[in-house]
Amino acid sequence: MKEKLEALKIEALAKLQDVSNPQELNDLRVKYLGKKGELTEVLRGMGGLSAEERPIIGQVANLVRSAIEEIVEAKQEAFVQQETLNRLQAEKVDVTLPGRRLAQGGIHPLSRVVQEIEDIFIGMGYRVAEGPEVETDYYNFEALNLPKNHPARDMQDSFYLTDDLLMRTQTSPVQVRTMQAMKGEAPVKIICPGKVFRRDDDDATHSFQFHQIEGLVIGRDIRMSDLKGTLQQFVQEMFGANTDIRLRPSFFPFTEPSVEVDVSCFKCGGNGCRLCKQTGWLEILGAGMVHPNVLEMGGYDPAEYSGFAFGMGVERIAMLKYGIDDIRHFYSNDMSFVKQFRGV
Amino acid sequence: MKVSTGWLAEYISLEGVTAEELADKITAAGIEIDGVERRNKGISGIVTGYVKSKEKHPDADKLNVCIVDAGQGEDLQIVCGAKNVEAGQKVPVALVGAKLPGLDIKKAKLRGVLSQGMICSAKELGLNDKLLPKELQEGILVLPEDMEVGLDIADVLGLNDEVLEFDLTPNRSDCLSMIGAAYEVSAILAREVNLPKPEADLVEAGGSAVASISVSIENEEHCGHYAVRYISGVKPGPSPLWIQNRLMAAGVRPINNIVDITNYVMLEYGQPLHAFDADRLEGGVLSVRQAREGEVLTTLDGQERKLEPQMLVIADGAKAVALAGVMGGLNSEVTGATVNLVLESARFDGGTVRKTSRQLGLRSEASLRFEKEVDPQAVLPALNRAATLIARYAGGTVLEGIVQAGSDAAEEKILSLSLNKLNRYLGTELSLLEVKTLFGRLHFKCGDAASDMLEVQVPTRRGDISYDVDLIEEIARLYGYDKIPTTLIEGVTTPGALTASQNIRRELRRLLAHGGYQEVLGYSFIQPEQSKLFPALSGGELAVKLAMPMSEERSVLRTSLLPQLLDIASYNTNRRQSDLALFEIGNVFFTDEEQLTRQPRELPVMGLLLSGTRVAKQWNAAAEPVDFFDLKGALETVVAHLGLHERIVYEGDAPEGYHPGRSASIYLQGTEGRLQIGTLGQIHPELQRKLDLVDTYVAEILLQPLYDMAASRLQYKDLPRFPGMERDIAVVVDASVSAGDLLNTIRENGGSLLQSVQVFDVYSGGKLDSGKKSIAISLLYRHNDHTLTDDEVSEVHEQVLASLGQTFGAELRK
Repeated sequence: MKEKLEALKIEALAKLQDVSNPQELNDLRVKYLGKKGELTEVLRGMGGLSAEERPIIGQVANLVRSAIEEIVEAKQEAFVQQETLNRLQAEKVDVTLPGRRLAQGGIHPLSRVVQEIEDIFIGMGYRVAEGPEVETDYYNFEALNLPKNHPARDMQDSFYLTDDLLMRTQTSPVQVRTMQAMKGEAPVKIICPGKVFRRDDDDATHSFQFHQIEGLVIGRDIRMSDLKGTLQQFVQEMFGANTDIRLRPSFFPFTEPSVEVDVSCFKCGGNGCRLCKQTGWLEILGAGMVHPNVLEMGGYDPAEYSGFAFGMGVERIAMLKYGIDDIRHFYSNDMSFVKQFRGV
Repeated sequence: MKVSTGWLAEYISLEGVTAEELADKITAAGIEIDGVERRNKGISGIVTGYVKSKEKHPDADKLNVCIVDAGQGEDLQIVCGAKNVEAGQKVPVALVGAKLPGLDIKKAKLRGVLSQGMICSAKELGLNDKLLPKELQEGILVLPEDMEVGLDIADVLGLNDEVLEFDLTPNRSDCLSMIGAAYEVSAILAREVNLPKPEADLVEAGGSAVASISVSIENEEHCGHYAVRYISGVKPGPSPLWIQNRLMAAGVRPINNIVDITNYVMLEYGQPLHAFDADRLEGGVLSVRQAREGEVLTTLDGQERKLEPQMLVIADGAKAVALAGVMGGLNSEVTGATVNLVLESARFDGGTVRKTSRQLGLRSEASLRFEKEVDPQAVLPALNRAATLIARYAGGTVLEGIVQAGSDAAEEKILSLSLNKLNRYLGTELSLLEVKTLFGRLHFKCGDAASDMLEVQVPTRRGDISYDVDLIEEIARLYGYDKIPTTLIEGVTTPGALTASQNIRRELRRLLAHGGYQEVLGYSFIQPEQSKLFPALSGGELAVKLAMPMSEERSVLRTSLLPQLLDIASYNTNRRQSDLALFEIGNVFFTDEEQLTRQPRELPVMGLLLSGTRVAKQWNAAAEPVDFFDLKGALETVVAHLGLHERIVYEGDAPEGYHPGRSASIYLQGTEGRLQIGTLGQIHPELQRKLDLVDTYVAEILLQPLYDMAASRLQYKDLPRFPGMERDIAVVVDASVSAGDLLNTIRENGGSLLQSVQVFDVYSGGKLDSGKKSIAISLLYRHNDHTLTDDEVSEVHEQVLASLGQTFGAELRK
């Protein structure tokens, strides 16, 4: 009987060794270990054994069973592992195929630049003031020291609706409106962003509609040196810490003295390049000390108060900042243009 | 203003300063120099010559062989192709070895005949031929007969000169003259100015002028001073070359000695002058008066001008003979036959000249100067200067005395300036001496004040200076802005912030951009037709028109953002970018007035546009077209973001411009009833076809009501502690019943237990009767204090179902 068991073991192990799939393994398991399996069959004959033989044979039988069980388990584990491997292999994706993106829109580059400038000035203690696009001649010109027939009105030919109403040519009327609304209270610190309109034929650098941001500060003892300091701080935040400014005398009817403000070219650091036309400087701002007539019309006594104002073209700044060569892109709203301004 | 350095040097020494250095200094002090032009465009080796003889070229019809004395010892043989070359002429001769722009002169044979140089045209010499008389624009340049031979042509034509282009701001009209420019340069270089002395040089003779001409001013507010001189026996002809050279350097075309001298003196003094042919004036009188109704004048440019009563004219005894300060009349023009002159110098009101010039669309060098007000004290010196030059170069006799009306009296302008204020204003620490020195350089007298207050006398040529701050600017620009320190504002600090509505506007931009919408920016002007497309928000009001639009396409203020959003969609679709999700935030304009008398209503609006497919063509997603609910969902997100979703009602009432079945008006339930704030839907298929667009959805919503009502305060609520119970129902109702009404009825009857209601299926056709639809709705019940029992839920739920049955005849689908 012992020999039978040994033979069974050898046969079973040999067969199991060669098993090639889970089904076959299961069949063999049943064949040898099942209730009606061959091992059970052999053990049935144990009844005819002597009391001395029985434990010995029993021990052998157990060894044979566990040997078979062991290999069945090992084989089973191998098959599971193989199966997992096969599944993982089958589930492999092409990681280079594109993913599903988040829906992404964007903010118009001009809005971006306006917000950026607003944020810089908000950080410096300014509020944002806005006003109507359709203005009266009084707010757009007269209250800004440009009486009717003033030669400087030539500088900005305007879109009139009636003799007295026009599309504002600058956001300065908001300054006057704010001054009047403040009723002589100081300090005033505002910036005024918005659309403005001038009768220009559109070309690469002109647009009949464009955006301005103007600033106004009124207080006691506001100095020209404060204007310099303020603009210096602004351009350094806007264009980088190494940016410098240069003031050149100029003329605006609503400020006296008036200056044009250049910033050192942030592209070449002032060495001269195509952007700054080899001058090292970029003209970006007009500024000056608020004219006493303007203060007076705004309700501030020029003997007591002084102030400064500045203004810049948003398109111009956006063009310099992003290297845009044609102002008309802003209003074409071509997706291939506006989509370029979505990132950080 | 073009300023020749050669001419300028007559009034102020420019020794040791190059034109470029001068340009930089002038720019730094406030007048931008646009460029420095060298008049010599690279010519050398060209001299004056005398054409002794001219013979036809033996082998070429169009060529001549000239023998020229160019002061070289031997005569030169030169072959010349110009038609106008004649023996006896003085001409510019390029010698062998001479250089012309793009041309080196060599000894050559032309059709077998030796040519030892070239006779030059004005263009070949680099002159701007537009400034030359017609006869000199073609052919060789013929020089005056009395010209010596062998002179360097660059000297003769004044080409060793640079021209600075002054880009003047409107306030600096004092520099529309050489003398004004000299004063500016004097202040910058701190050098003295030498002026001409016309009174000393003038010789009067031949009796009193007043016997030949009298003048009057009818209306002194339009003309403060009118002065003339009578000059007899003039001989019109070419003016001396040096005058012509200077005029050309200034960009003025020489005409004849009389006209050239008036132009020359205008450039010198900034005072426009006019010469009348005295014998063509009737009645021996000139008066300054307003034009008569229906009066007509043909100006020197040959145009007939219809005058209007507010225009100012100069008239003789019978008719208008000049448009005051703008242009002379053809009827009194100086010609080659003129013998006697009336020379005018006057001060016309700037505003009057400006209006006339604008109304007629006629601008001249004179009107340009008068518009900006001329120096009252230049009127007489300029008149005398011109008379002196005419006597000298046009052979006339200046009759005795100036005939004038009005006066040159100018108020002496003395401004007080506090040194303390100046330093406080600029942030500087300038001393009294420094300030006085700077005023000295400007030729502003400022007395002997030793203390804080300076009394500064402003010369009449500086009409732009009226306030102490103007003086401060003069000091600042000469002192140098680079020397002003950089400081920070002192005193109270102020908190910076956006207003609530500015914050919301930014929030909306962010929300939409992150939700896939691209912001665009349109113009405030649209076509009149476009203003009628989407009238829902106008409330019956009108569009505002521009008085003088640049084009029909941009002639009214927009009443809706949608027409331009659609234009932008078309534009992009035509460029193969047809999956579009756009938004714009901007203003629309309405008025209730036929004739605008006050500012129109200006309302902030948000517009949305959706077209094409929801997801771009991709390997793992179907490219499904967008629909009504994509856009409505975006709007719902927006209003929910502002905490207003429960106040918004959509009604399918087919607003104008939209597809009647796929559109809605949007209402906001306010404290005072409901208000239409917008529209939403697919644009009308007809419009869609015209614009060549695929199904396109737009929405437009007024922002102010949203700003006003936005519930911006976020408030914590306890989290649900007990599970809710969900009941799904499907009800069959008439197809005309709206889901919104069903949901409202459910909410009304669901009581406080009902937490949320969600439509999850809508179905029609199939086994349903036609005219019916099935709506499946999920209801979530929850109590805050305990777990609901089936019975509790059923009680409410049955009530909900019953109300649906009663209100809509809804049948529960099992």
